[in-house]
Amino acid sequence: MNQNTSQQTPIVELRDIHKSFGRVHVLRGVDMEVGRGEIVALVGDNGAGKSTLIKVITGVHKPSGGSLLINGEAVDLQSVQDARRRGIETVYQERALADQQALWRNIFAGRELTNWLGFMNIREQKREADRLLRTRMGFTSRAITVDSEVQGLSGGEKQGIAIARALHFEAELIILDEPTMGLSLKETDKVLDFARGIRDAGKSVILIDHNILHVHAVADRFVVLDRGRVAGSFRKEQLSRDQLIEMMVELHHTGQLHVA
Amino acid sequence: MAVSVSQHAPASPAPERGEKVMRFVRQNRIEVAITVIFAILYAIFLIGAPEVYTQFGIYRSFMSTMPYIGVMALAATFVVTLGEVDLSFPSVMGVSAWVFGASFVATGSYPLAVVLALAVGAACGLLNGLLIARVGVPSIVATIGTMFFWRGFVNVLAEGRGMALVDLRGSAWHSVLVGRLPGGIPMQFVWFILLALLFMAIYRRHVFGSHVLFVGDNEESAHMMGIKVMRVKVICFTLLGLMSGLAAIFLVSEVTYFWPTTGDGFLLPALAAVFIGGTPVFGGRGSMYGTVIGVLIIGSLEAGVVAMGIEGFYTQLIYGLLITIAVTVYAVIMRRK
Ligand SMILES: Nc1ncnc2c1ncn2[C@@H]1O[C@H](COP(=O)(O)OP(=O)(O)O)[C@@H](O)[C@H]1O
Ligand SMILES: [Mg+2]
Repeated sequence: MNQNTSQQTPIVELRDIHKSFGRVHVLRGVDMEVGRGEIVALVGDNGAGKSTLIKVITGVHKPSGGSLLINGEAVDLQSVQDARRRGIETVYQERALADQQALWRNIFAGRELTNWLGFMNIREQKREADRLLRTRMGFTSRAITVDSEVQGLSGGEKQGIAIARALHFEAELIILDEPTMGLSLKETDKVLDFARGIRDAGKSVILIDHNILHVHAVADRFVVLDRGRVAGSFRKEQLSRDQLIEMMVELHHTGQLHVA
Repeated sequence: MAVSVSQHAPASPAPERGEKVMRFVRQNRIEVAITVIFAILYAIFLIGAPEVYTQFGIYRSFMSTMPYIGVMALAATFVVTLGEVDLSFPSVMGVSAWVFGASFVATGSYPLAVVLALAVGAACGLLNGLLIARVGVPSIVATIGTMFFWRGFVNVLAEGRGMALVDLRGSAWHSVLVGRLPGGIPMQFVWFILLALLFMAIYRRHVFGSHVLFVGDNEESAHMMGIKVMRVKVICFTLLGLMSGLAAIFLVSEVTYFWPTTGDGFLLPALAAVFIGGTPVFGGRGSMYGTVIGVLIIGSLEAGVVAMGIEGFYTQLIYGLLITIAVTVYAVIMRRK
């Protein structure tokens, strides 16, 4: 999207980000970056500030201090749409799709292909949506078509559609906040597969998930957030699953991070 | 079902003709149902009172009166699709009717009266929209308030008196708006049909229609997808105000008289047309085509019932019966899919 984007420039870089709500100081100087084609897991206790942090990245909240760089360029995001235009997309589990509408309408919601009078090019939208379902999602059965309503889909399929939609619109970084909540085991696997698919397409993911097993299975890097600060950042090779779990338990009890 | 980024996309298997028809029926089951209900109703009329229903005269009479509730029902379909309701549009129609009459009396200008009536109708609708979308007053509460307010306002302005407007007849505008085509077809019906086609296209094919469906379905997801939720709501209510102004212009031009009660009695028939047409109160789905058929049904019911020799006060009973049957049919066909 940007001229000066090289493989080395991180997609997103946070420098000393602070965020307060009134007197509540939620983020206290966060430094973090997300590179191209990597899955970064954001882990930490409830209330650590994970959701607040991603809301800063997606333009929901303005930081109270520090700077946010997208593709190496300092930005001051005005809205969710602003972040989206810069290739950052959030997939929320329940809020992503409208249940009673057909898939083709959902996929193009807010970004319809229209003529100058605002009438939609429905044929083209359906064709694109169909291609999306078949290539990205691998839906080849006749049961699910672009005319199907969302309410007939399973939780994992919905999540998949939301992710495929984000990819289709050239998102560079897709943020998944608790994407497996309330899903069956099999569905969870599908969603984690989608996350890997994003990385394989050369895009990046920030994953928030309470389940350390999920996190360890797919992430390339773990960033541990504790009371508004980054307590540590580890590559997957540095830390086995059990070490990660042990570390999180210890952080929870002692408030200290010991690296094994 | 894994994510793959393979380049070759197998095209959807081409469906056979029979399957195509089945799919069309499935995707348009509301529209099919309302069309069947309409056909059955007319079969009953034709069998029950053939001497009336084979005469063109009765259709001329339907066509002249139907557009008043018709144009308002079209716009009300958007409001109901949002999952909202508006009870004030008949009062707004009253205000517009007064503005239309009074400005014509004061200036003698037909086009100026038309523009002012439309502008005032739209402004009243805008006020509803702002109260509901910006301030956050629930639509049923907000529009109960404005319903009483505007009706009271008209009564105060008109001091409870009517206004004779016979001079409207002399203008070419009169012929364009409510004149008669060869065969006695009223122009207001032509306008209604043109508007109905436009509203149908907007509902299903325009980005605005799509946004109304999304906001009515899931406001939060609509917002997340970058749809300007507040603006969509405000436009819907403003549009209903505008159409109430148009209804006032048609009615006052046709009868060349203003009453302070203008618009009274249109609330339930207009909303009934929307509900009979298959747009449910929950929001997020509906049918503009259904509303048009609903208007044709409601608009021909009263005269039809009377013509069949049943006494007029049975109309309400039949209204009630039809609405109940229609919404029951929809509930059933939407449940089993
Ligand atoms: N809009 C807000 N106003 C005030 N406090 C907030 C707001 N959003 C979050 N917080 C507080 O910030 C802290 C971190 O919340 P959050 O970012 O949701 O944590 P996490 O997602 O890691 O569980 C919590 O103590 C929460 O109460
Ligand atoms: Mg959270």
